[in-house]
Amino acid sequence: MNTEFFGVISIFIVSIVLAIPIGRYIAKVYLGDKTMLDALFNPIEKFIFKISGIDSTEEMNWKQHLKALLSINMVWFFLCFFILIFQGSLPLNPDGNPSMTPDLAFNTAISFVVNCNLQHYSGESGLSYLGQLMLMFLQFVSAATGMAAAAMVFVAMRERATDKLGNFYNFFIKSCTRVLLPLSVLVAVILVFSGTPMTFEGKDKIVTLQGDTVEVSRGPAAAFIGIKHIGTNGGGFFGANSAHPLENPTYITNAVELWAQLIIPFAMIFALGFFLNKRKFSYIVFGVMTVGFLLLVIPTVISELNGNPAIEKMGIAQTTGAMEGKEVRFGPAISGFWSIATTVISTGSVNSMHDSSMPVSGSMQLLAMMVNAFYGGCGVGWLNFYIFIILAVFISGLMVGRTPEFLGKKIEAREVKIAAMIAILHPLLILAGTALASYFAANNTAMGYWFSGNATGWLNNPGHHGFSEMLYEYTSSAANNGSGFEGLGDNNPFWNISTGIVLLLSRFIPIIGPLAIAGLLANKKYIPESAGTLKTDTTIFGVMVFAVIAIIAALSFFPALALGPLAEYFTLK
Amino acid sequence: MKNIFSILKFTTLLVVLFSVIYTMAILGIAQLAPNKGKGETISVNGKVVGYQKIGQKFDKPNYFWGRPSAVDYNAAGSAGSNKGPSNPEYLALIQKRIDTFLIAHPYLKKSEIPSDMVTASGSGLDPNISPEGAMIQVKRVAKVRNLSEEKVKALVETKINKPSLMGTSTVNVLELNVALDELK
Repeated sequence: MNTEFFGVISIFIVSIVLAIPIGRYIAKVYLGDKTMLDALFNPIEKFIFKISGIDSTEEMNWKQHLKALLSINMVWFFLCFFILIFQGSLPLNPDGNPSMTPDLAFNTAISFVVNCNLQHYSGESGLSYLGQLMLMFLQFVSAATGMAAAAMVFVAMRERATDKLGNFYNFFIKSCTRVLLPLSVLVAVILVFSGTPMTFEGKDKIVTLQGDTVEVSRGPAAAFIGIKHIGTNGGGFFGANSAHPLENPTYITNAVELWAQLIIPFAMIFALGFFLNKRKFSYIVFGVMTVGFLLLVIPTVISELNGNPAIEKMGIAQTTGAMEGKEVRFGPAISGFWSIATTVISTGSVNSMHDSSMPVSGSMQLLAMMVNAFYGGCGVGWLNFYIFIILAVFISGLMVGRTPEFLGKKIEAREVKIAAMIAILHPLLILAGTALASYFAANNTAMGYWFSGNATGWLNNPGHHGFSEMLYEYTSSAANNGSGFEGLGDNNPFWNISTGIVLLLSRFIPIIGPLAIAGLLANKKYIPESAGTLKTDTTIFGVMVFAVIAIIAALSFFPALALGPLAEYFTLK
Repeated sequence: MKNIFSILKFTTLLVVLFSVIYTMAILGIAQLAPNKGKGETISVNGKVVGYQKIGQKFDKPNYFWGRPSAVDYNAAGSAGSNKGPSNPEYLALIQKRIDTFLIAHPYLKKSEIPSDMVTASGSGLDPNISPEGAMIQVKRVAKVRNLSEEKVKALVETKINKPSLMGTSTVNVLELNVALDELK
């Protein structure tokens, strides 16, 4: 038990300590300072830009940033969609896996373009190796898209009035080559030497010790899993994701994969401080996020260690805690910790099955995605938090009766309207989706084309937990997370298309909003700090932001949580 | 239009960088790894009997058993049961597993069975069980194999991986059973 606690605490602390120098490095990369890898990558980037005819030095305003971002994402979507619907007849398919149906390919392509990786298929049987490599490409570029958007907001927050906010392609490719690629290589190499396969050979047929014949799936997994975590993507190579013994072979690889998903979201916050030379502000932001994270993590770890009360009643020993859906090599403590890390950050990889988590853990996982601003995914975590800062500045300004200002820029009706719309969009998408699915399930509607059979057929569990399965799926989609209560039968037109639409809206609108606000603010006159300025790098302001987050999340989501995991908790007592 | 062509060319070059060059680099490094990155296997008399990291089904009385699996240890289709903690069907299944386990091990008290022996793992391929899960099977295995209990117990003890600093205690079922076959 003590070794389990020590594992959890040391991984968390090491990640924070390492995030500070990496944050400094990321700030240098975006500032255009010289860094170690310039000698290797400068010529490669120059070559890429020259061939494609893109000028990576041209200063863009926020609208040009958005245009570049959206058009390149659209191209990626179509490319991936076509590869997936034809993968069965394309090369690199040793296991002879079939092509995807159009609705599944639609969902898969979107969910990898938007950095969600919802995965309504199982890697072993649902993808060819070419499909896997294509999705791996999207794992790099979708993470870099989020980081490039965050970098633009960094530039916009400087103390000056301008509409020149750097170049999207420059931020994008620097995020790829200077941050994501080297870290992914590091993680992939550790995995390869720990027993994760990296081969293009297909399934292996063996006869086991007691004489059964089994097939063992393999593939180029190590490379995939490297970027899967570094880019906070979370899409598993195998169906069981990081619970699979080849995807995550040991306690050490588990620690590395945890570190890998925490590091960039942590480092981006520190990078902001270094970039703007406002270190104290970044510590306040990080502090607020950490308090939120710990409030979610502690109840989860405790409830997993305590085990299932219903099984306790049967009289067996639960010294190892709740083990359904968990692996012995990890145990409940680190599995509980992981389940919150992966949901506050938009990774969505799992090392235990969340559907079998205790009700308290399930509600914490849901809440983590409903808030969606503690650390958050690569780049987008900061964008989500930025919205809450704008709202907090506005509300604090009203409370003290001054014009709300943030970093020397006046926040006016237009910015607050955008921020409020973004803040409302998240609960709207989640609750509307869940309401629709629940309506069908409650009436046990015959779904026709949309689902083979009646609607309750997609549930794997009855009662409150069944409701949680549907709530989780839309929450995960809207938070671009990608984990699931995987018992849900989700590979059918109803779930593929409805979550696909939620994914699209909840990725791009929360990028457009903060970019617009930042762009509008950057253009305004800079007002130097005076005695009347609301200070944003103080603990009081931190508390204010936290309160705004708590009120928005609690008010909009508490009823839904009460119907699902909280009700289940009380039935288990 | 020129814009779209630029983006297409840009995308193609990025695919080459990430899906080809990066993949090949890791594949190259993998050639130095155990079994050239094809997964570590365990052999008996030169014949591969399993992957060290992948759990396999053991249900014969002369072997140590692993955990229940939602996919019956199908290593080409990993998955967990995804059963919720309050699902009555699921709880009935657990009760049945406990009863079956007690029939196979009549010398046990219910409170000696650790939960990992009656719950399905996340991957359905968990290669490990807890040390307690192995110890409670010693008496049965020893009896079927006509070995002394002390000898089998000593063997299990050599196969317990205790964490030095962080982690959990585990026993790899396949490694234990391979060693058991060698025990005279």
